[in-house]
Amino acid sequence: MKDVSFGQYYPVSSYVHRLDPRLKLLFLIAYIVAIFLASNFYGLAACAGVLVVIVIAARIPFGKVLRAVRGVVFLVIFTAALNILFYNGETVYASWWVFDITKEGLIFSAFLALRLVLLVVCSSLLTYTTTPVSLTDGVESLLTPLKWIKIPVHALALVMSIALRFIPILMDETERIKNAQKARGADFESGNLLKRIKAMVPVLVPLLLSAFRRADELGDAMDARCYTGSGKRTKYKKLRFTWRDLIAFLVGAALIAGVVLMKIYLPAPY
Amino acid sequence: MRIVAEHLSYVYNAKSPFATAALRDVSLTIEEGEFFGIIGHTGSGKSTFVQHLNGLLRLPSSLKRRKKRPKCKKGELPPPETVLRVGEFDLTEKKTDFRALRKSVGMVFQYPEYQLFAETVRDDVAFGLKNFSAEKPSEEQIDGAVKAALEVVGLDYEEMKDKSPFELSGGQKRRVAIAGVIVTRPEVLVLDEPAAGLDPLGKKEVMELLHRLHREWCKTIVIVSHDMDEISENCTQAAVFSEGRVVCVLPPKELFRRADELTALGLDVPLTAKLVSALARRGVEVDCDFTTEDFVQNVLALWQAHGGKGGGA
Repeated sequence: MKDVSFGQYYPVSSYVHRLDPRLKLLFLIAYIVAIFLASNFYGLAACAGVLVVIVIAARIPFGKVLRAVRGVVFLVIFTAALNILFYNGETVYASWWVFDITKEGLIFSAFLALRLVLLVVCSSLLTYTTTPVSLTDGVESLLTPLKWIKIPVHALALVMSIALRFIPILMDETERIKNAQKARGADFESGNLLKRIKAMVPVLVPLLLSAFRRADELGDAMDARCYTGSGKRTKYKKLRFTWRDLIAFLVGAALIAGVVLMKIYLPAPY
Repeated sequence: MRIVAEHLSYVYNAKSPFATAALRDVSLTIEEGEFFGIIGHTGSGKSTFVQHLNGLLRLPSSLKRRKKRPKCKKGELPPPETVLRVGEFDLTEKKTDFRALRKSVGMVFQYPEYQLFAETVRDDVAFGLKNFSAEKPSEEQIDGAVKAALEVVGLDYEEMKDKSPFELSGGQKRRVAIAGVIVTRPEVLVLDEPAAGLDPLGKKEVMELLHRLHREWCKTIVIVSHDMDEISENCTQAAVFSEGRVVCVLPPKELFRRADELTALGLDVPLTAKLVSALARRGVEVDCDFTTEDFVQNVLALWQAHGGKGGGA
């Protein structure tokens, strides 16, 4: 396993880890709504505060959380820069050709950057604290209503969980094949882009073959166990709503209410 | 090439909850010319160790380590310096030429047939050759080297060269993959579970192939295995790994006399060693080097000495 911190489960035991995945999914949605409802810094500060509390409660090191942000740093800087240059505000600080740097532009960019960061941290927290299996269980359970209009929710959830499960396996496999080819003198680190892409062929061909082989074997194994996906299936781990989830639910509700109230009573002084 | 490791430690995923120490202070010397066996459970660190031998896992360079070394208190010995040398290559140095190292230390991974990728057997075997040559080898040179490599693994060059590696049988694929590693004539050949997943005959053939290589091509052979019979039948020296440490290094002949210790480590012993101890419990002492052949001869000799009528107390 290499350094893939975005979206990888972080195995510690904590309050947040034990929450019902359905609630976590709903909380995430509510949180994203709150981020976008917040129209001033008080609202965003409240969101950020709640997030900090969640990170602490989840017992995930801050470094790990920041690493998730690292992946989108470029996007954040890029959008912020565009907004600083092109936002039409009234208080102009500097201007050159078509670019104006305005007070409003700066504030808006900071706002946007903060929103993006909160968004990424919050969604990566979900995958840090929830195993792929319980995540798909949660998704399946939340999508149950779609079964009524004949959408194969269970099959979709299965596809999703298999895909998630295979990510680390294929990463390991890639590593192994890369090592084997390195031992035969393959060089993945030098040369220009084209050369490097060509150097990946001896890795990609065996990787693809092994993915197909594994898919075949998995299919056979499922057939051998008479898996059809239909009928009433029982669950090994039943999702249950507990007092823990109630508290988290109340926090989420309070956050949204708070943000809405702040939107009304503390009108945008930024 | 002599392989020397001293105080070698390795931690996977350091500084994370996944952190696992794979090697703890391993010291091991493999002399040139040996057919060396490394025994251990899954997770005992044997594969991690062999991956160090051609620089696939790298040590932090010695310079960095000296800087990072914690100040030791008065009267305390400084932590021992890690040493890892393969022939003249010092793997603790950052400047080591890893390409040259990998050329002289061939590495065959577990299930090597899964690394085949080229359209023809010839191209696949030639892959390493092209990578390691300083200048582009001529077609004749490639043909010659590939032919020699395929023949030493017991495959017919004319018949094989234009086939796709994916239409071969499992055993043939493995041979092609091994040929793809030895084509550069490495001095040391390291194989991780070379006989895994083969039937008994296939296993025997692979081991015979390794002995042929040992005689003709590679001075030193290192195999990683958990199959004790494989070790007792083939190796001149064996190291036992357990939980990242080297428990002992002995010729199999002596190693399997300590069958009880191995069993205590949760390791198996060869069938011959099991029979020897079963016979010993009945009062029949058989002295053998734990290869099937030697065992059979000794037992037969004992049997005949007792007039062929069953011996023992």
